[in-house]
Amino acid sequence: MNMIQALNSALDVMMERDPDVLVFGEDVGYFGGVFRVTEGLQKKHGLTRCFDAPLTEGGIIGAAIGMGAYGLKPVPEIQFADYILPAYDQLVSEAARLRYRSNGEFCAPVTVRTPYGGGIFGGQTHSQSPEAIFAHVTGLKTVIPSNPYDAKGLLIASIECDDPVIFLEPKRLYNGPFYGRPDEELKTWDKSGLASADVPTGHYEVPLGRASIVREGSEVTVLAYGTMVHVAEAGIRDSGVDAELIDLRSIVPLDIDAITASVRKTGRCVILHEASRFGGFGGELSALVQERCFDHLRSPIQRIAGYDMPYPHAFEWDYFPGPIRLAEALQSAVEYR
Amino acid sequence: MPNPDPTKSNLPRLELHIPEPPSRPGEEVTFAHVNRGEAGAVRRPDIAVHESEVRDLPYELIRVLDDDDKAVGPWDPKLAPETLIKGLRAMMLTRAFDDRLFRAHRQGKTSFYMKSTGEEAIAAAQSMALDKGDMFFPTYRASAWLHARNYPLTTMCNQIFSNAEDPLAGKQLPILFSARDYDFYSISGNLGVRFVHAVGWAMASAYKNDTKISLAYVGDGTTAEGDFHEAMTFAAAYRAPTILCVTNNQYAISSFAGFAAPERLPFAAKALAYGFPGIKVDGNDFLAVWGATQWAAERARTNNGPTLIEFYTYRAEGHSTSDDPSAYRPKDEAAHWPLGDPVDRLKKHLIVLGAWDEDKHTALEAELKEQVKVAVKEAEAVGTLGQSKPPIEEMFEDVFAEKDWRLKEQERDLKARRAAREGGAA
Ligand SMILES: Cc1ncc(C[n+]2csc(CCOP(=O)(O)OP(=O)(O)O)c2C)c(N)n1
Repeated sequence: MNMIQALNSALDVMMERDPDVLVFGEDVGYFGGVFRVTEGLQKKHGLTRCFDAPLTEGGIIGAAIGMGAYGLKPVPEIQFADYILPAYDQLVSEAARLRYRSNGEFCAPVTVRTPYGGGIFGGQTHSQSPEAIFAHVTGLKTVIPSNPYDAKGLLIASIECDDPVIFLEPKRLYNGPFYGRPDEELKTWDKSGLASADVPTGHYEVPLGRASIVREGSEVTVLAYGTMVHVAEAGIRDSGVDAELIDLRSIVPLDIDAITASVRKTGRCVILHEASRFGGFGGELSALVQERCFDHLRSPIQRIAGYDMPYPHAFEWDYFPGPIRLAEALQSAVEYR
Repeated sequence: MPNPDPTKSNLPRLELHIPEPPSRPGEEVTFAHVNRGEAGAVRRPDIAVHESEVRDLPYELIRVLDDDDKAVGPWDPKLAPETLIKGLRAMMLTRAFDDRLFRAHRQGKTSFYMKSTGEEAIAAAQSMALDKGDMFFPTYRASAWLHARNYPLTTMCNQIFSNAEDPLAGKQLPILFSARDYDFYSISGNLGVRFVHAVGWAMASAYKNDTKISLAYVGDGTTAEGDFHEAMTFAAAYRAPTILCVTNNQYAISSFAGFAAPERLPFAAKALAYGFPGIKVDGNDFLAVWGATQWAAERARTNNGPTLIEFYTYRAEGHSTSDDPSAYRPKDEAAHWPLGDPVDRLKKHLIVLGAWDEDKHTALEAELKEQVKVAVKEAEAVGTLGQSKPPIEEMFEDVFAEKDWRLKEQERDLKARRAAREGGAA
């Protein structure tokens, strides 16, 4: 399965199991979503279970919170993560705090699905990676899969959990893995030979808050998520460095144990993300590693990230943190004295 | 449905209403809900009219061109044939340009394109009806504004190709133009956001005791965004000299206009809740668009405040290069749109006036096609997407008025890395 089919399957399985699960958002109903993730769901589950929403992200999330408070399990879609900001107040001030504010009387079990990230020439408003602005808000979970198997299992776990979840889908990975080299021939998930493209049709969960070790290594720990997991694989291969690659899978909850165990073993840490560097989630990761692994560090922690500017259309591949930048960082980490 | 609460067994069960469009793929097209009314039949109130006296207007459709292609009624702006021909030319140029650049996308020369087919009359007429210095807060279906004011076609293509001569230096998605010299505000990809800017701009003009007004668009879908309502509130409270327009082309992407809740109330009537006039205008009628704009502009210029105009139209083509409309509406729906095609209608009107004929029309079509072809060729010589780029320094410019240390460091690092790589390869 590709990632689109895997996500579709997760929604289908959950709608089948639980009549309280409902799916809505801009163009998700009859049409099945601009990326076709919700295709066929309206036909199969009915008009009131999967439907189009007015073009108002604030309205979509606000309504989802109300539905969730009633006891439903809404899974709204925001068409592009770039357009989540009109709903930011609802997410930050309401969804994230409803449980705390009401001392547990109410909660907002809302799973907000949204495609994010660059690499598709989407310009400033179809390319952003906003994970850090959610990670900073306590009360929201932020989940980011990197392959079809995880995408399905993590989406099911997100819907089943009673907290509000921001589920960021790396749109560059929808149809196949992407190693950060635009001139390389693209592979579909089916032809990727990756086990993570084998997706069971039924119900299964990938628990939130547990990272996966994509590649074991002894010299450097690379922390990545989403599209950057594949870019990291390519960069590690290019560098010749024996790096351990950790796919965080969710940044809140964060698998701190997996991170510290790895960095204590390798003694070095390089963080890779697509979002702008300053104030990005890499800053938090870096601080955590420094606090918990200081005595084990043999070189400075490095962050490879997007530059500090809006995503520039013509300079997409200059902006996009690719395998070359990572390979250079890995080499400089092992050469550090 | 099982009754969830047996103790309330005699209460009616609530049902969730989901709007449904009149027809879907494979079904017969129906536009039975479209009330065309009569051309020329709607009254044209005094510009100082109080909103309470025009509450019926949003429910009528203002049309000037009748079914015999004559201009009738009080909204006829009575334009000279030369002006009409200029308008026709702008619309035809928009169409020729859209066709050519859409194909350029198919050939991989750009990443994205959006056509305004069927909606050309709106921005063309408004561009001509408003004054230099009035500021337009456009959407991506308003390039007719630029074509009507002879914005250089080659520059437009350079923007679309993101090449070395892109006037926006590669920073923006194709067709999201910015053209200050043409009173054309920078387009954001985020829907609705500029509606409020237009009101703020108009308030500034009023504050400065200037004479400029502003004009803004949102699509029917975008009326659902909070920004629309925020703009309406500000416009009403401060009686801003602005013309706020909804281009109701019946669709957002796949979602029909019904999801923005006009089932019981036309978009134009939303103005009533804010206390200023709303009018509904045939957006495929160049003369009606002009007449309505003139009325709203006069109101704005004489401190009578804002007007909301709903332009009733139809998006004849897909939403963008990523869209296949046959997946959500009957294939032949566009051909059934009861208000015709704006180019065709103006052309026929000019023929009725004796100012135009088929030969002239065909000749103009060929001339415009050639102009576009030449412009595309010129831009292609500079380069299409990926073949040619603005200098990399541009990437770091305009984040701030002056670069801070982060940008300086990042620019230096990028250049050093490039130099090292090129050195290594040599
Ligand atoms: C805030 C925001 N949400 C979603 C989108 C994605 N999007 C782009 S165009 C569009 C449909 C707009 O429909 P409408 O307002 O009717 O304008 P039209 O394209 O029909 O002219 C959508 C949903 C966006 N650009 N911005």
